[in-house]
Amino acid sequence: MTELDRRGDRSPVPSDWTYAPAPESRDVVSLQERYGLFIGGEFLEPQAGERFVTVAPRDEEALAEVAQAGPEDVEAAVQSARDAFAGWSKLAGAERAKYLFRIARLLQERAREFAVLESLNGGKPIKESRDVDIPLAAAHFFYYAGWADKLEYAFPNRRPKPLGVAGQIIPWNFPLLMLAWKIAPALAGGNTVVLKPAETTPLTALLFCDVLRQAELPPGVVNVVTGDGRAGAALVDSDVDKIAFTGSTDVGKAIQRRLAGTGKRLTLELGGKAANIVFDDAALDQAVEGIVNGIYFNQGHVCCAGSRLLVQESIYEPLVDKLKQRMATLRVGDPLDKNTDVGAINSAAQLEKIQELVEAGRAEGAEIYQPPCVLPEKGYWFAPTVFTNVAQSYRIAQEEIFGPVLSVLTFRTPEEAIEKANNTPYGLSAGVWTEKGSRILWMADRLRAGVVWANTYNRFDPASPFGGYKESGFGREGGLHGLDAYLDFDGSETFGG
Amino acid sequence: MAQAPALPTGFELPLKQRLPRIGAVDQVAVEARAAELGKRSIKKDAKVWALELAIRCMDLTTLEGADTPGKVAALCSKAIRPDPTDPTIPSVAAVCVYPNLVPTAVERLRGSGVKVASVATAFPSGQSPTDVKVREVEEAVRFGADEIDMVIDRGAFLSGRYAKVFDEIVKVKEACGDAHLKVILEVSELGTYDNVRRASLLAMAAGGDFIKTSTGKLSGAATLPVHLVMLEAIRDVHEESGRKVGMKPAGGVRSSKNAIQYLVQVHETLGPEWLTPDLYRIGASGLLNDVLMQLRKERTGAYQSKDYFTND
Repeated sequence: MTELDRRGDRSPVPSDWTYAPAPESRDVVSLQERYGLFIGGEFLEPQAGERFVTVAPRDEEALAEVAQAGPEDVEAAVQSARDAFAGWSKLAGAERAKYLFRIARLLQERAREFAVLESLNGGKPIKESRDVDIPLAAAHFFYYAGWADKLEYAFPNRRPKPLGVAGQIIPWNFPLLMLAWKIAPALAGGNTVVLKPAETTPLTALLFCDVLRQAELPPGVVNVVTGDGRAGAALVDSDVDKIAFTGSTDVGKAIQRRLAGTGKRLTLELGGKAANIVFDDAALDQAVEGIVNGIYFNQGHVCCAGSRLLVQESIYEPLVDKLKQRMATLRVGDPLDKNTDVGAINSAAQLEKIQELVEAGRAEGAEIYQPPCVLPEKGYWFAPTVFTNVAQSYRIAQEEIFGPVLSVLTFRTPEEAIEKANNTPYGLSAGVWTEKGSRILWMADRLRAGVVWANTYNRFDPASPFGGYKESGFGREGGLHGLDAYLDFDGSETFGG
Repeated sequence: MAQAPALPTGFELPLKQRLPRIGAVDQVAVEARAAELGKRSIKKDAKVWALELAIRCMDLTTLEGADTPGKVAALCSKAIRPDPTDPTIPSVAAVCVYPNLVPTAVERLRGSGVKVASVATAFPSGQSPTDVKVREVEEAVRFGADEIDMVIDRGAFLSGRYAKVFDEIVKVKEACGDAHLKVILEVSELGTYDNVRRASLLAMAAGGDFIKTSTGKLSGAATLPVHLVMLEAIRDVHEESGRKVGMKPAGGVRSSKNAIQYLVQVHETLGPEWLTPDLYRIGASGLLNDVLMQLRKERTGAYQSKDYFTND
């Protein structure tokens, strides 16, 4: 009897264990055909009438038409924020806190909706948007809600005051989370906001406007202007009191040049080329998990991604073997499938950049490994990639790739690890893997990086400040440091930029 | 680094060249990985396949002072045909009993393909002289046990007398003859994941065919992180020596959902070749009926009352 006969009328089962598709339903999300600009609590048409289509990176499906804000729209948004500032900044801290708590709770209540939309518009796996992005975004609002009525205690004897209108420009890798990092401390400090989401991922920011309405936040306190770099440039040039930017180092430098001499405050959170350093006494299997999480989390679209793996030579071979084995079990595919580990690349432009740098890696002589995996035909996809035999001088060891591409280098002694790790213009983050506590502290003292993770990677918490050294930017987000960046102090210097 | 204590003389790790040390386990990270794998969503055909596999890999167990030939006979019938209303449900892998009840089980299971496993070596504490333990194993094998589930001497292990633990496993393995040897680590008495890894490697180096988490006699039995630590130790031994050692979680796998989480770990850590009763077992007594209930639900679309499943 064949297997099928024996099973009678039951459906045939596969001979091997292939996980059945487990897609999260997208019915929870109802998209509008077109979106305007959120100014003064209303969705307004862009004055010049320019629009663009935002797509789903998994299959290039057109999701909605979004407005391209022109300079006159940005000006209107800033004016609306300016008008709202008078009332909002005078509101008692406890009252501002109520709005922030309300926003946090609404984000939790609508978490599934946000998670699905984030994965749809951005391409990241649903398990990440569901378990990381959205819960952390809500946590940031909860955290800063707690500070809103305690500013005097947070900064004793410094008489904190809001700055005014903050212009905030955020990237496409963690759209809602970056929005939360920016908006929550600004509002807690009594500022009003004009936010420009990234061109490719505007939809969760627009859905967030609906949350603001539900929370009955006074009109104009938060304004959202969508569009490409032109809208960002208009915001930088507008009558704001502060610019907070997260994105590439090139654009960060351009903004800094533009703002020089204007008196506007600036915080920048830019690129990185973090070293993830594994010593020979580390717990190897867990270090491998940390390496995978460090570089393949969110397809490597993470400014603090552990994109340079520094391995002590004595364990190079077993570690790389284990890493390759582990990479073969990564499930690359539909971002909305609950079992997907690695989703779609965010945009065609980003895919092109990754391909270009990977080609450079090959040409320079590095050895490439990609696990066998079938990539969907439509959409933007790139297989998890590791380069071995990488020299410090190769472009793939120097430039930020912002994709699922890892470069492996080796070291012999802790001193050499420090030297290699610090030998980069960036300084956002680093990872250290060792069983020896004293070595962790020794390394953390010497690493020129804003965040040093020990025996873990890519961990975030609202109470913990995040930001970079050198060309990774200045200023901190998260914690009290993040609040400081949105406050003015009578006759005293700010700390942390 | 938390240096592994010196290994006993004559002890040769199979992990010579590439892992010149026992290695460490990071508690936070291994628990995070186990939790992440526990979130896999297994549906439809994949779920049915996994549940049938769980049955095929099950060691149906009764280890009570009150066990009688009658009780064991009932369990054996259940083992051969778990669901009398559905002949397509496969038999379980083995029935696991105390040595005195091995003859009953052998008789009842003859010709069915279901193996007889016997606990031995002063189960569950292991606190008896080595020659007594070896004698017990010899008797169980003489009664016809196909598999022996021994316990390690945790007293010796925790006081650092690894040589004693090792030598005892070697002697028991000799006494087993053709019978397969499963080595129970009793993880909840070992205290740390580092110890679980150390004991796993020790048991494999000494010749265990399987390593097993627990006796099922203590409250803290198999957990997903402990299971993962042991699978990773098995993977290292396989990488180094090519030898495939089996894995058996026991005590603590109570629901179908839980069983699938364990199988997912095996699938994504050791790979599909370990998903066979030859290399993977689940020691359980209460799990079977829950799996049967889930399978019937997949087939009929409705959950049925517990009264429709036999308690044996």
